[in-house]
Formats: sequence, structure tokens, C-alpha cells
Amino acid sequence: MAEEAVLSYLEQNQQISDSGQFAAERGIDHNEIVNVIKSLHGFRYVDAEDIKRETWVLTDEGKTYAAAGSPEVQLFLAIPPEGISREELQKKLDPSAFKIGCAQAAKNKWVEMGKQVISRKVQHVDDRVKDLLLQIQEGKVISADDIKALKARKLIVPQTWKGYSVKKGPNYAPKRKKVVTDLTRDNLQSGEWKESEFKEYNYSAKGQPLECGNLHPLLKVRYQLKKIFLSMGFEEMPTNNFVESSFWNFDALFQPQQHPARDSHDTFFLNAPKTTKELPEDYVQRVKQVHESGGYGSRGYNYDWKRDEANKNLLRTHTTAVSSRMLYLLAQKPFSPKKYFSIDRVFRNEAVDRTHLAEFHQIEGLVCDRGLTLCDLIGVLHDFFSRMGMTKLRFKPAYNPYTEPSMEIFSYHEGFKKWVEVGNSGMFRPEMLLPMGLPEDVRVIAWGLSLERPTMILYGIDNIRDLFGHKVDLGLIKKNSICRLGID
Amino acid sequence: MPTVSVGRDRLYAALKRQYSQEEFEDLCFSYGIELDDVTTEKAIVRKEKHLEEESDEDEEVIFKIEVPANRYDLLCLEGLAQALRVFCETQEIPAYRLADISKDSMLKMHVKPETSLIRPYIVCAILRGLKFDKARYNSFIDLQDKLHQNICRRRTLVAIGTHDLDTLEGPFTYEALPPSSINFTPLKQEKSFRADELMEFYKSDLKLKKFLHIIEDSPVFPVIYDRKRTVLSLPPIINGAHSAITLETKNVFIECTATDLTKAKIVLNTMVTTFSEYCENQFVIEPVEVISSDGKSNIYPDLSVYNMEVSLSYITGLIGVPLEAEEVTGLLNRMQLSARKSVSDNKQCNIVVSVPPTRSDILHPCDVMEDVAIAYGFNAVKDKAIEDNKGSKRLAASLTLLPLNELSDLIRNEVATSGFTEVLTFILCSYKENFSMLNREDDKSTAVIIGNPRSSDFEAVRTSLMPGMLKTVAHNKDHAKPIKIFEVGDIALLDDTKDVGARNCRQLGALYCGANAGFEIIHGLVDRIMEKTGISFVSPGDGTGYYIERSDEPEFLPGRQARIICRGKHIGTFGIVHPQVLNNFDIPDPCSFVELNIESFL
Repeated sequence: MAEEAVLSYLEQNQQISDSGQFAAERGIDHNEIVNVIKSLHGFRYVDAEDIKRETWVLTDEGKTYAAAGSPEVQLFLAIPPEGISREELQKKLDPSAFKIGCAQAAKNKWVEMGKQVISRKVQHVDDRVKDLLLQIQEGKVISADDIKALKARKLIVPQTWKGYSVKKGPNYAPKRKKVVTDLTRDNLQSGEWKESEFKEYNYSAKGQPLECGNLHPLLKVRYQLKKIFLSMGFEEMPTNNFVESSFWNFDALFQPQQHPARDSHDTFFLNAPKTTKELPEDYVQRVKQVHESGGYGSRGYNYDWKRDEANKNLLRTHTTAVSSRMLYLLAQKPFSPKKYFSIDRVFRNEAVDRTHLAEFHQIEGLVCDRGLTLCDLIGVLHDFFSRMGMTKLRFKPAYNPYTEPSMEIFSYHEGFKKWVEVGNSGMFRPEMLLPMGLPEDVRVIAWGLSLERPTMILYGIDNIRDLFGHKVDLGLIKKNSICRLGID
Repeated sequence: MPTVSVGRDRLYAALKRQYSQEEFEDLCFSYGIELDDVTTEKAIVRKEKHLEEESDEDEEVIFKIEVPANRYDLLCLEGLAQALRVFCETQEIPAYRLADISKDSMLKMHVKPETSLIRPYIVCAILRGLKFDKARYNSFIDLQDKLHQNICRRRTLVAIGTHDLDTLEGPFTYEALPPSSINFTPLKQEKSFRADELMEFYKSDLKLKKFLHIIEDSPVFPVIYDRKRTVLSLPPIINGAHSAITLETKNVFIECTATDLTKAKIVLNTMVTTFSEYCENQFVIEPVEVISSDGKSNIYPDLSVYNMEVSLSYITGLIGVPLEAEEVTGLLNRMQLSARKSVSDNKQCNIVVSVPPTRSDILHPCDVMEDVAIAYGFNAVKDKAIEDNKGSKRLAASLTLLPLNELSDLIRNEVATSGFTEVLTFILCSYKENFSMLNREDDKSTAVIIGNPRSSDFEAVRTSLMPGMLKTVAHNKDHAKPIKIFEVGDIALLDDTKDVGARNCRQLGALYCGANAGFEIIHGLVDRIMEKTGISFVSPGDGTGYYIERSDEPEFLPGRQARIICRGKHIGTFGIVHPQVLNNFDIPDPCSFVELNIESFL
């Protein structure tokens, strides 16, 4: 009703200059009018401007008197013409009305407060206080002296009154269209949507958060790398064997038994299962010989090779242990070229810090074919790392017991403005390949890097524990963006 | 990789030119060493003492240079500078030779048979007319330290002793005697000690105590005497004070005692070749005759050059760049390998390489090939490789997919699209986390146990994904509930049928944590995985699909757990995590968990 009143009034008139007056004239509660104006303003049916006024409102006491009459009049009316004793009169009124009534009536000289009897001094009184209070309640203006008197008796208090002046807005219509926030089954099927107006959408707020599943950041990068390898024609090696013998992890790779990497402070050796039970014996003999006295064109290391040392079990320190098994298997059949890769967990008994953990993922790629050259290695590295977005590479000579040449791979990082080491590579030594039984002209080129390091660089993570392990914040896994490695 | 500290100014003086740091870094890079850090002596001291003082401008700049672990000749300034001078062609390859003296006038070292009980080998040599100054002296001491740390494996394989020869009188004897019968004043001490007391004394010596174990338990200790029974040294622990070398020392006697003769010879050669540069007769070393108890005589050091004949086609065939024989010999000379061309009967062009005693790392023709490639420049090879378009295209393809890993990825995607978030936890865990914290007992038949863990975090290989996932929940207490996480990963189990005695198993684990335990949600996930892997729900006992039955595992709440039987095989279990287990992992909210083996879906 209030909305209709506002809209229809504005159809004929320029403006509503005072919402309070407007409400009073129509006998509508002003609060109701205000709500309607706010809502119409929100949808730009009207333009509203604030107006403020100081007004007076009744206190609780004032409200009581406006309804029941002032206490002095109540007192006066309770006195019969013949007068009444104080005790009797007191019984007729409530205590506060009696007390205030006595004081005011005496002040007005309406009553005679005798010792025995209280009696009327005048025959008739007007309840002017009640009349004034009713006028204020109706929003009428009364004289300043009256205000002062009522205020002194704490029957009224000042209040800031807020209202509006209202004009037609840009979307003015005599009747409001129905406003909806969503297309629903109801308004769709009823056709009501056609008459409906869609509430202005809050374009500065974000949408509702979704509940969903997520893949782990490191494994997303692993998946992209796997795709890079697959698109380069590489086949995945089975690496699901964490427990390995020293033989396959070290000896088969021509890593001498006194090599520092075989120390207990670099490698996890096992109490259970402590030693390996079987090794290919004829191959073991050839490995022993190449370590001790060489052969296949080599001088060997000239030391006493110990079988016990080779039998010791450990947690593999690199996936190259798997490569050595795969190459050995390959050598047992008529030769066919292979391109292998793997990405899996390896273990180092090293001190743990921001960039090192006792376990991490090693990426390994290798190509096994006749007549491969250093040129081929560098070519395939260039191809691989370019696909990872690293096009500026350079190579540093390095030492690794089972590769010759050995090269550290550096990539120029545009963000860091420097060369960073991104991997290791080399050609497997003849002392490793020939005892396996591979043909003499078969060569193996290989490279390796960690999965964590490029992932940390990619996602700007500087503590590895924020990426991997049980201390990772689940919130970060959920927020992590897609991995575009290989498609950028 | 070992790191060598050298003064920058001394190094540049030895290289006979100044470099900008960038130029020097590039030189290192192409040679295969690395300028790891630039600092000063005082800065190192400040860092050790955690002091924050301003640096003086005149502090000597120190380069810390990383060298390959098999290049013992680069472990001091003299060797490094020489290698780089030869590489830059500002110096010829030095020709080391033995002083021309008759066998009779050679100094003799007699070896007693008892030494075979503890440390059987000794090799010796003499540097005559050596000119020390403070820097050379320090370098001489540092080189011994570096060798002891690296090839000598902290003195277990080889120990070096150096002596002022003019304080001693030959011939010498190398003996092994009961500790109580050895008495001498050791280096840096004033008084004489009996050897067994000395061992006790050194137990509180930070530097020496770590070497005591090498001979401690032996009934006889190795010891070297001169003709007048002066103790030269008690290897591998300490030298005698009597023959200590000083800045004034002119003639140095070097002995290396060892359990590995090959390494002893390498160590001796490294010492003498490097410092013969400062001898009166440059690069000339005086030999010593070592006479074993059975009368066999050996002359050391063995400076013989090892000749290796490598075909040119082998070298170019491996590098993949065509090179002429003259180019190859020139490149090898820059790597301190004298090389010449020879043509064999069958017209094959060969390169004859003389491997000097300093280059014990050259074992095989492939090492020669690598040195050619280094001198040619890996990055020059790179340019060639890119020019020739030698990417992966040329190489044979052999593509097949690995079923287990492909299946793992497919299942990971299904679980993630079911609303679970993937976690990746450690394979290593503490023994407690793997057993008692899960209310489990170890019957010694399942877990791979690590023998030398650095901390309790690495005592066992997980036999279940559960501890890692519970730890993840414990570390994410503030995360909004419910938490739904999963992991697909390997565990390891002991297995007698495998060569190494253990095997991996590919597991799927999933966990729900919220205001209630969500047992039905985890049950629902089990059904979904089965549905997605095409296994139908059947009645108990039916071997064609899967069903669940009541289980009784200690890590789960009794009555709220079930085992999953798939095609007649128990593949996993799920349930409400036992409140005691939650308490053990400090988790305040209820959880349900499932773990199953996915290899059965292959």
C-alpha cells in the first residue's frame, strides 16, 4: 500500500518534499514509507534525498500519561467533592501517580492538602499535559514553553528524525516490476521471468567458493613431464622397488666400493632385509673383474672388490639403479634400441633443510642405441629442456663415476638473472655397459634432475616442506594452478 | 665434491694474469671446476664466531673452488694453477722425473713383517732443495688435509707423514709394535708419551680423536723409526715432534702408509709432483727404496707414464664432431695429456696418449675422449648439435605405456573428481608411527627397517599410507572441515620371493575428517572406486566381484570397520580411525580411513 501511495503520488506530482508529512497525511507508518523509498531507490524507480529534523518523542512515562492522563488529573478526579482522607486517596492510586499527582496538583493549586482531608480547590480541571503529549505523539508542533516544561518532567526527549524528499528516478514506473535474483524453475516455468526484473549483480564480489577435489602440485608437474617424455618417444621404466642391493645401485655402475656416496652418512642401509639373496653370478664376476683389474680397455680401480659390500641392501639413492637393471636385461636379448624414462622416489641419508629432504623424486631419461655421440646427448637435452621452457643452456664438465663425459646442465633463468644448475648428464662408461654384455658400439646417453627443484622454481616456492610431505598446507594444494609445462 | 680454498691474488699471480671475476668463472666453468664462494679469511672467522664486523678493505680475498672428486691433482693452488696454465697454453706439460742416483745411495725403508697385521703398505719419496714460504707451507699442509679427507677416506686407506729429512738419519724401518713399547714426543707436544697413553690422551682431541679407531683395537701399532730409533710417525695418528717440517726445511721426506697400495701410490705422486715445482731442480723427485721383509725391493715414487692408444675414430665417433688427429693431440695437450698421432698397419689413425702420474683418473679411452670434448668445449659441441638438429627425432622410438603407473594416474583422477584433495607424504617414517601409534604390533614380517637413520623420522619404510595421512591432518588442524584427502603411492613389504627380499605395493589411501567420522562417505568412495574400475558389488562369498565384511583391525574402531574382498582377495580395509590412534597423532576430530592395494585392478 505504501509503495503504491508513493509511486502513484509521483505520477501526478513533481515530488514528495517530506516523507514524514506524506506518511502522516495518509495515516501510514513512516517506517514503512522509509523502507519502500529505500527499496525503490535501490532499483532507481525514485531518487531520494535525506532530510533530517530534530523532533521530540515521548518517554515511557510520557506514553503512560498520554494514554491514562497526567497523574495530577488522575489525583484530582479521585478526590470526591466532599474530600477524602490521605490514606483513602492513597489506596485509590498507584504510588508514583499519587506522589507526582500530589506535587503537581498542589503546585497548580487544584487541591487543598489539609491535615485530615484532601479536598478540591477548583471544580473543574483540563488535562493539558495529556493533550500536549498527544499532540507531540502525532508530530504536531507545540510552544517552546510547553516543550521546556515537559522536558523538565522527563516526559519527552529529543530525537533526530530522518526522512526523505523523493522525486522520480530514471527507472520510474507507476507500478514496480517484480524483482528476482535468479532464474528459477518456478519463474521459468510460470513465464513470470518475462515480467521480472533481475536485481543488479554485484560485480565487485567473488563468486561462491566451490567444494572440489584437487591433484597434488608436484604430481601435476610429474604428469606434464611424463607427457614430455612420451611425446619424445620415451618409455617408462618400472621403478616400484625402493629396496635395492648395493650391487645394482653402485657396483654395476662402476662406482668403487670406497666411494664416499657409499658411506653410511649418505645412504640408508637396511637392517631388514639386510642383504640381497641373489645376483646374476657370471655378471657379478665380470663386474668384480672390471673394478679390480679393468678389462674392456680399462685399467680398473686396482682394489680388492668385496662381495659382502655388494650384497648390502639399501634404499636406492638414484633411479639409475633401475636403469642398470633395465640395461642388463636388454643385454640378455638381441639388441634393440631403447629410450627410457622414469620419475620416482629416491632416498639420501643427508641433513634436511629448506631445499633438501631425505627423499625426493628423480627424473631420469636415457637413450640406448648404436653409435650415439656426445652431440646426440646435447641434442636430446636441448630438445627436452626446451620443452620445459629452458632454451638457454650451457654445459660444464663434471665428475661422475659411471659417466664419461659427464656434464652438469645449466639454464639461464630470466627471473633470477643468472645461470642455475638444472641437471646432470653423461654417457655411461664402457666399464659399466660392456660387462653387462651390450655390443661394443652400443652407447647410452642419460640425464637426471630432481622433480622438486623445477617445481619450486615454477610455483615460486622456496621451502621444500611447503611442497612435499605432511606439513604441506592443504589450502595451498587447493589453490595451486594448473601446470602448463610442455605447452607454453 | 671437494672444495679448495686459495688466495685470489696468489692464484692470479700463479696464472700470470689478472681476471675479472666473471672471466675467471667462465674459465672454471669450461674446465669443469666451479668458483663456489668468494670470501676472506677474516670473514670466515667472523662467520664462525657469529660476529658482525665491517670488513677491512685490505683483507685477502679467498676463492673457494669446487673440483671434481677424482682430480686429486687439483686439491691445492699449485695443482690448480698448473692445470689452468696448461689449459690456457701458457705452460708446457711438465715432465716429472726421478733424480738420477744410484741404487746404493738411495735412502732405504725396511718393512717389518708385523706391519701386515695392521697397515701393510708404505711408499716414500724425497723432495730436495724445497723453498718454503708461509703460503707454500700452508698449501703443503692443506693438501695433506684434503687428501686425507678425500682419497684417503679419513686416513683409513692412506695416511701421509712429512718430515724434515735433515733431522733424521737413514735407513728407516717401518714396524708394527705393541703400543706399550713405543715412546716418543708427538707433534705439538712437549713431553714424551707411551703410544697407549697417547691414544687415551687424544680421546679429548677434537681433530685427532676421529682417527683413533683405525688402530685402537690392534695389538700392534704401526710406527716408523730412523737409524737412531727416532720415531718419525705413528701412522695414521700423528708424526713425531722431532722431524717436524718448518719454514726453514729444505729437504722433505714423505711417507704414505696404507691399507690400499694403489691409493698410496696416487697420494704420494700427488704430493711430490705438485710440490716438485718448488724444488731446486724443478719437477725432479728423489726416489726411496722400500725393501719388504722377504727382500723384495721397490723404488718409489712410481712416476712411470701410462701409454694408452686410442683410435681417432673412437674419439670423434663418441663426440659426434669430426676432428683431425692434429686437432685432437692439441686439445689433449691442453688437458695435460701428451699425445701424438700414430698410424697403424691397417691405416687406422691412432692417438697415443701418455697419461702422467698426476692423472690417475684416466682409466679408459673414454676418459681421453672426455678430455678432448672438454678442451674442444661442451658448448661448442652444443652449437654443432643444434645446427645438426640432433634432437630426439633421430633416435629410435620404443613406446609402450607402463600399466601400473597409467592405472595409478587414472585412479588418482577419479578420486580427485570425487571431491578429494591429493597429498604426497614421505615414504620414510618413525618406527613408532608405523606400529605402536597405529595400535599395531610389529611381528617383524612386514617392515623394511633402516640400519643407520640420521633421526627417528627415518627409521622404517612405511607399510601403510596411514601414518603420513594422519600426520597431514594433524598439521592442518585449522583447515576448514570436512577434510577429504587421498594419496596413491608405494609402500614396501618384506618378501622372500624377491632377490632383494622386499617389494613395493601400490596403495590408495583416502581419509575423511569432520564433525562426524563420515564412515559412510569413505564406504561410498570404496563403492565408487569399484564402480569406476568395473568391479560389481556381489554377495559375500561370490568371487566375481567385491563385497565387504566385518574386520577386526586395531587401528580402527571395533564394529565400524570392514575389509574389502575383491574377486576373493582381501585388498584393503576401511573404518573409523580408533580414538586412541587419533589421540596418538594429536587429532581432535573424528576420521574415517580406507587403504587398498590397486595392483589387483590391473
